[in-house]
Parts: sequence; C-alpha cells; structure tokens
Amino acid sequence: MTDAPITFATAVRSAPTGAEAAPSPVKLAARNLAFHYGDFTALRDINLDVPQNKVTALIGPSGCGKSTLLRIFNRIYSIYPGQRASGQVLLDGEDVLDPKYPLNRLRSKIGMVFQKPVPFPMSIFDNIAYGIGHYEKLSKADMADRVEAALRQAALWDEVKDKLRQSALGLSGGQQQRLCIARAVALKPQVILFDEPTSALDPIATGKIEQLFAELKQQFTILIVTHNMQQAARCSDFTAFMYLGELIEHGATSTIFTKPTKQQTEDYITGRFG
Amino acid sequence: MPSSNDHIVKSYDTELQRLDGEIQRMGEIAVAQLDAAIDVLQRRDTQAAMRVVANDDAIDKLEQEVSHDVLRLLALRQPMARDLREVYAALRISSDIERIGDYAANVAKRSMVLNQSAPVTVARGLPALARLANNLVTEALAAYRLRDAEKAMHVRGRDAELDAEYTGLFRELLTYMAEDPRQITACTHLLFIAKNIERIGDHATNIAENTWFLVHGELPEGDRAKADLTSSS
Repeated sequence: MTDAPITFATAVRSAPTGAEAAPSPVKLAARNLAFHYGDFTALRDINLDVPQNKVTALIGPSGCGKSTLLRIFNRIYSIYPGQRASGQVLLDGEDVLDPKYPLNRLRSKIGMVFQKPVPFPMSIFDNIAYGIGHYEKLSKADMADRVEAALRQAALWDEVKDKLRQSALGLSGGQQQRLCIARAVALKPQVILFDEPTSALDPIATGKIEQLFAELKQQFTILIVTHNMQQAARCSDFTAFMYLGELIEHGATSTIFTKPTKQQTEDYITGRFG
Repeated sequence: MPSSNDHIVKSYDTELQRLDGEIQRMGEIAVAQLDAAIDVLQRRDTQAAMRVVANDDAIDKLEQEVSHDVLRLLALRQPMARDLREVYAALRISSDIERIGDYAANVAKRSMVLNQSAPVTVARGLPALARLANNLVTEALAAYRLRDAEKAMHVRGRDAELDAEYTGLFRELLTYMAEDPRQITACTHLLFIAKNIERIGDHATNIAENTWFLVHGELPEGDRAKADLTSSS
C-alpha cells in the first residue's frame, strides 16, 4: 500500500476497463453479412463478433437494421419469401445460414424474446413445457423439474409457483415477459436474442429484466436490440452501433459511451442526430 | 448523416452553455484575485487585503452553482460521450479554480501578517513568481475555453518554469533566514506564500490535463516535467 496521492492520472488509469480486461471466445459471428428485402438492401457488409457469456447490445436509429440483424441470427427471415441473406453467420464456427444447417437445431441453440410478450393461450406450466416437448421426451417429474428450473432462472418462480395451472394470459406484462424468457431458457439454448425486450414494460419490470441479463449471461450469450441507450449502457458489456444498414462501430460499452471513435456514434448517443 | 453541434433537445445546449459560462466567470475572478493578492502584498495594504479575502466567497458560490448544475445535468440529461466528458471536466476544473481562489485569498491573508513587521527585501521575487502562475492559469483557462488540447499541453509543459522559479526563491529565503534569524517569522510567511503560488501552477496543470481529456477522452501521454526540487535537496 503506497500513500501516493490519488491524482487525476491514477484515478482514470486504475479505473476498471470491464469488457476489455478479459477477452471472451467468440460465440457468434457475422462475416460479410448482407440482407435483402426483395430489391432493398437492408444490411451490407456486417462483420461482428459476439463474445461468449457477455451481453452485446445493438443500438441505432429506427430502420438501421438492428432488428433485421437479430432476425438473421436465428433465420426467422427464411419463412418470408423474397428475403435473403448472404455472407455467413458462424455459431461456434459453423455457418448457420447454410441451408444444410437444420433449422430445428438452430432454434434450439439460439432462443429469442420479442418486444411484446407473447404467452401461448395455455397454462403457465404448459407455456414452458410446450417447447421442451418438441425436443425432448421427459417423464412428468423431469418435466416439472425443468419447468421449475426455467422459471427460477427467469426470476418468476416465486410469483407463479402456486398458480402454475392458471392461464399465462392472467400475468402482468412484466411477468409475461419473464415467462417468455423462461420459455427460451427452458430449451437450454446457447445464445438468447432479445428484441426490445423491455420497451413495453414499466421501470420496475424493466429493472427485473435487466437484472436477469446479468444472471443469464453466466450461462448464455446474450444479444439485445434496444432503443434505450441508457439500457445498453447499464446492461451490456459490448455495444454495436448501426446506421443505415451498416455496422459503424463496435466496442466495449464503457468505451462507446465515454469515448466513441466515430462521429456518427458520438452524434447518435449524445442526442445530436437529425 | 447530419452532424451538428446542436442537440435535438435545445434546452440541453442551453444548460451546457450555462455551465461553461459559470466556469469562465469563476476563472476570471480567480485570476483577478491572484493579481489583487500580489498587489496588496506589494503595497502592504491591509484594508485591500481584507477585501481580497472576502471576495473569495464569490468563487465558492460559483463552484456550488457548478456542482449543482453538474448534478442536475447528470440526473436529468444522462450525458454520454463528449457531453459526459464536458460535464466531468467542468466539475473537475471548477474545483481547481476554487482551490486557486483559496490560495490567492491565503496570499492576501498572510500579507496582512507581514504588514505587522518591517518589509523583507527578498519578497521582491514573489511578484515575478505570481505573474508566471497567473499567466499559466490564464493560458489554461483560455485552452479550456477554446477546447484547444494543444494549447493545454503547452501550459502543462510550462509548469516546470514555475517550479524552477519557486525552487530558486525557496533557497533564497532559506539563506536569508540563516543570515538573519530575526527575519524567520516573515520569511516563513513568504515561504508559504511562494508555496501557495507554486500550487496554483499545479492547478493550472490540472485544468490543462482535464482540457486534454475533454477533447481526446484519454490522458495526455508522458509524465510532465517537474522542477520543484525543494523536497529533494
């Protein structure tokens, strides 16, 4: 222990650098990725590494392509005609855009949670069990365990344990969203995509979901699309800024929000856009 | 993509400009206070010295306003990137200016004690030291006002000149005290005054470093030259 005075220089230098400190292996990567809605090019030349067990936030103004990018990662677009992607999306080095990569396998590895909670019109228990049943045949007792584990991971168990057989539609918006997270988690995916997961929730429900990100990233790799920059700053380890279909800047969240390198990023996050 | 200096929410710009204005005002008062402190020291004017001491309140009040405005901006605007650095630098620079004001007031205060004994000839070195310090503060504040990182670095480099002058004066005062122990009380006050002025230079350096940080988002590279050798010899 030295008694050297804490100067401006030492205070800033010793500040934790967070995400930069320990590089994580890349879980998901986009390589020269482009996307077209018919003749319209929505994304061009996207190269992005999503590190494992970290939260990566995608930010950018409406129409910049961030939701499109998220939707490519689990090939949701493939159900719509006229939409096509080129380039690669590598999950653990395997190209998931390759038509030979089974969609079922992809969906079990990459889960998704949407802006508006969409519980199935069935009981709370069955909402979770339904998806699991598609992939695994479990005994009743094992299924009950899996459902409980998923609800616990989504921090919902204590609130619903006495009404598992009641309709999920009776839950509050925040609870419904956590149910959707439990549903995604129940399939034991490796990556979970969140598309504006809290934009329909009040600050308390939002806080609970944000706390969940910190817990879930221990086990999963998380990618969030958000319009709320404070949310990106609060919850993510890495932030990617997109504009007009291009990835402008990607880096540690602490850097992006204090010292972005690109003027466009600076203008967007300081509210000087437009 | 459009890139302008104006925020979409105009009142945000107004608040940042207000913060800037407060700091400029603080800086102007601090520089004037240091000038006045040296002036009353030379003229041995106790009445005027009392006014200098009282004037320090104005700087303290402005610093409180800056702190208040910074808290408000952080809470209500959640500044990011350059804006965040603007607000952060404003808080740090205002605290440096407040300290400069304190040192100037302290010089005035000690001058009142000095007025109770006979003039000491060696005190003639002080105005030059003070002029140099004031020059550094003025330059540092100008660099901040212009958000000119290069100019700020120039100021940072010049602090060594002040340190060297201070070291010279320090040694001169020691010699003087050794030669004539009756002068020890007065010379000790002069030593403190010299030290206060030397410290003002350090705060000017801080202002310069914060200006660099504001512009570049990182610290200036390399340690700055130091020439205050009074603690090593």
